[in-house]
Amino acid sequence: MPSTLPETELHNPQTTKTPLDPHLKALENEAIHIFREVAAEFEKPVMLYSVGKDSSVLLHLARKAFYPGRVPFPLLHVNTGWKFAEMIAFRNDIVKKYDLDFIEHINPRGKAENVTPFTHGSALFTDIMKTEGLRQALDAGGFDAAFGGARRDEEASRAKERIYSFRTPEHRWDPRAQRPELWNIYNGMIRKGESVRAFPLSNWTEVDIWRYIQVEDIPLVPLYYAKERPYVERDGMMILAEDPRLELLPGETIQHGSIRFRTLGDFPLTGAIPSQATNLEEVIAELEIATVSERQGRAIDRDQSGSMEKKKREGYF
Amino acid sequence: MTVSAIAQAASADVTTGTVTAFPATEAARAARDTRPLRLITCGSVDDGKSTLIGRLLWDTKAVKEDQAATLRRDSGKQNDLGLPDFALLLDGLQAEREQGITIDVAYRYFATDKRSFIVADTPGHEQYTRNMATGASTADLAVLLVDARTGLLEQTRRHATIASLMGIKQFVLAVNKFDLVGYDRARFDQITHEFRELALSLGVRQITAIPMSALKGENVVYDGKASMPWYEGQTLVEVLELATVRSAQTVGFRLPVQRVSRPGESFRGYQGTVAGGSVKPGDSVVILPSGMVANVTKIITFDLVRNAAVAGDAITLVLDRQVDVSRGDMIVSIDSQPQVGLDFDAQLVALQAEGIQPGRRYWLKSGSRRQRVTANPVSQLDLKTGSWTQRTGLLPMNGIGKVHLSFDENAVFDAYEQNRTTGAFILIDPDTNNTVAGGMITAKRSSLTDLRSDEARVILSLPADLADQLMATELFSRRRDETDLRRMTAGEASQIFKDAAVDI
Repeated sequence: MPSTLPETELHNPQTTKTPLDPHLKALENEAIHIFREVAAEFEKPVMLYSVGKDSSVLLHLARKAFYPGRVPFPLLHVNTGWKFAEMIAFRNDIVKKYDLDFIEHINPRGKAENVTPFTHGSALFTDIMKTEGLRQALDAGGFDAAFGGARRDEEASRAKERIYSFRTPEHRWDPRAQRPELWNIYNGMIRKGESVRAFPLSNWTEVDIWRYIQVEDIPLVPLYYAKERPYVERDGMMILAEDPRLELLPGETIQHGSIRFRTLGDFPLTGAIPSQATNLEEVIAELEIATVSERQGRAIDRDQSGSMEKKKREGYF
Repeated sequence: MTVSAIAQAASADVTTGTVTAFPATEAARAARDTRPLRLITCGSVDDGKSTLIGRLLWDTKAVKEDQAATLRRDSGKQNDLGLPDFALLLDGLQAEREQGITIDVAYRYFATDKRSFIVADTPGHEQYTRNMATGASTADLAVLLVDARTGLLEQTRRHATIASLMGIKQFVLAVNKFDLVGYDRARFDQITHEFRELALSLGVRQITAIPMSALKGENVVYDGKASMPWYEGQTLVEVLELATVRSAQTVGFRLPVQRVSRPGESFRGYQGTVAGGSVKPGDSVVILPSGMVANVTKIITFDLVRNAAVAGDAITLVLDRQVDVSRGDMIVSIDSQPQVGLDFDAQLVALQAEGIQPGRRYWLKSGSRRQRVTANPVSQLDLKTGSWTQRTGLLPMNGIGKVHLSFDENAVFDAYEQNRTTGAFILIDPDTNNTVAGGMITAKRSSLTDLRSDEARVILSLPADLADQLMATELFSRRRDETDLRRMTAGEASQIFKDAAVDI
C-alpha cells in the first residue's frame, strides 16, 4: 500500500486546530516552498539555528515542509559561549524532542584566546565568535546552502537581500552582484566552494512572527516573557544579572524588575525591556503599540551606521 | 481604528469559529482576512517616489521611533514640514548612500488594520527595465507616479508597458505634487484622461487615478479633503486595501514536483506548491512530460490530511499507484492540460550586460524543472513607441524581446496569460551561473506554424462593434503591430472575399 504513512510518524495531525488566516497561510506556503526547493537543489544544506524566536519559527516550518519525513539536514548552532543559560537548556530539549541532527560550533581560536565581550568589546567579539565561527563551521561541514531566519523588515540593508543570497567561497556577500530574482523561481546553480544563504522568512514582519507563534503554539525560550529578573543597567541597556561571569562595574547595582527580551543572543550584549507581558497575547499587545524596533536592544547594530551591511559583507549572517 | 474595522474583524472571528482572548481592538489585527497585496511603485526620484513610499511607511507606523531617530541624525536637516528625508530610510545600502543612487530592488513592508502590503521599490532611472521586471514579476498591482506639473512622460509609457507585459492588470495613477498645481481639478482630469487611453491601449482596464501630495500626506493614507474637496474618490491606501490578489484557481490543476518524499518503504509522496487550479482525493491526474495517468488518494500537510488543496498551497500528494515521478515533473488535471513540446514562443527581458545571444544554449528553469534551451530573438520592443521591430541579433541588456525557444527534451508550459507560475521562466548562463533573463511563454509553436509562421495569415470580416471589442482585449493589443486593419462597408468586404475565392 503506497498510501500508508510511515510508522515513525513524528507528529499527530490535529484536525481541530484553528486554521491560519490567509495572510499567514501565504507566508507559510512561501517558506515551505523555499525549504523544499533548497533541500532538493543543494547537495548539503544546513539550517542555522540561533534558538531565538525566528529560529523557532524557521524550525517549525522546516518540520512542516518535510513532513511526514524528518528534517533532511542538520541544525547548526554557532555558539559564542556567552548565550543565556535558558537558551542552551531550551535548545537541548528541542533537539531531543524533534529528533533533529544537531551541530554546535564554538570558535576554538576565540575560546583558546579567551575572547569575551568584556575584554574585546562587542564588535571584535562578534567578529571572532560569530562571523569567524560561522565561517569555520560552514567550511568544516562543507555546506553549500545555509538556511537563515533573517527578515527583510529587520534592517535597511536587508531590504534588498534576495531569498537565495549568493556567497563567494570566502563567504562574502556582494550587494552589487546579486542575481535578479523573478517570480518564485530561484537560481541555485553554484560552482564548487560557493554557497547560498536561503531566507524562507524574507517576507515576514515581526508581527507576523509573533502571530504565527501564537496560532501554531510554537514553544519559545521563556526569556521572551516578562518575569521578575535581576539586572544591571549598563550603557543604557538592561543586562540580565544571572551569569556569574558578569562582573559589576563601580557604581553598578543589581536591580530587580519585571523584564523580558525582544531578541536573544549573548547575554552581555542583549538588553531587556521593562514589561508586564507574561504570555504571548500580552507580548503581541505590547508589540502592536511598540514604537521601538526590535534591534534596538542589540549592541552590535549600534556600533556604527551601516554596521549590519558591513558585517554581512564579511560573512556575518 | 474605525468602528467598522472592529465590527468586520469580529464577524470574521465568528465565521471561522476562532476563539480569541484578545480585546476587541487586537482582534481586528489578529483576524486579517486577506492575503498580502504585492505592489510595485514606478516613477523617478523627481516624481517623489521615495517620498511616497516613505510617507506610506510613516503614516502606517511602519517606521519605529529609534529608526526615525537614526534617520533624523543621518539626514541632518529636516524639510519644512518637520519630516526626515525619507530617501535615507529607503536607500539601505552604504554603496548607494555614498553615490546617492538606488541600484536595486528593495522590498518594504507595511500594514493597515485591514491588510498587509509588500512593496517592490525599484529605481526610476538607470537599468530600470531589469529591476522593474524583477519587481513586477510578483506584483498584483502597479502604482505609477507622475508629477502633476509635467503630466505623463515617455517614461510613464515605458513603465506602464513593462508592468502590463509582466502581467499586472491593476494600475493606480498617483498624480503627485498636486499641491504645486494649486489642486487644479481640470489638470487632474486631463492627466487622468491621457492615462486611461494609455492603459487601455495596453489592455489594462482596472485603473484608478488619485490626486495627491505625498510630501503633505494628502490622499496617501489620510484624505486630502481640506485641500481638494472636489475629490470624492479613495485614498491610495483605500484602493490598495480593496485591490484583488491574483489567483490561479480558475485554471487547471498544476503541481510542479519539487521533491519526492520517501520517509519509509511504504510511503511515497510528491511535494510541491499548487501552481494552478485545485485538487481533491479521487481526481485523475496526468504526470508530464511522461503522460502517465494516476488517481489522487491523499493530500497531506503537517496539520491535517486535507480533502482539497488550491493554488498556493504547499502540499504532499499521494497517488494510487506506483508511477515514475521525479523532481521537475508536473502533475496536472487530466481534463485541462498544459502544452507539451519542443518549441515555444516567449517574451523575455534581458537582465545582464552580455544580453541574450542567438543560438546560445542556456539553462531554463521553470517551476522545479531545469533543462537546456536555445533562445533565438525574433523582435524587440521599442519602449518609446510600444511597437515591436524585427531583430534577430543579440538582445541587449534591458531589452524586451520576442524569442523562439527550442528544447532538447519536451518542455511543459501554460501561456503566461493563463498562469503566471507555469508560464514563467528564467534563463541561466551555463558559464557564469548568473540569471540572464526572465521570460513569459506566449504560445507553443506547432510544426505547421513553424514552417509557415511568417506567411500564414487569416482575413476575417467582422461587424465593426465586435472588432472593436476584440481589439480591446489584452491578447489583441499585445500583438496589434502584427495585424492589418481596414474599415469598409459590408458590401466591400464581401467583394474582397469573392475576389479571394476566385484566386483560389
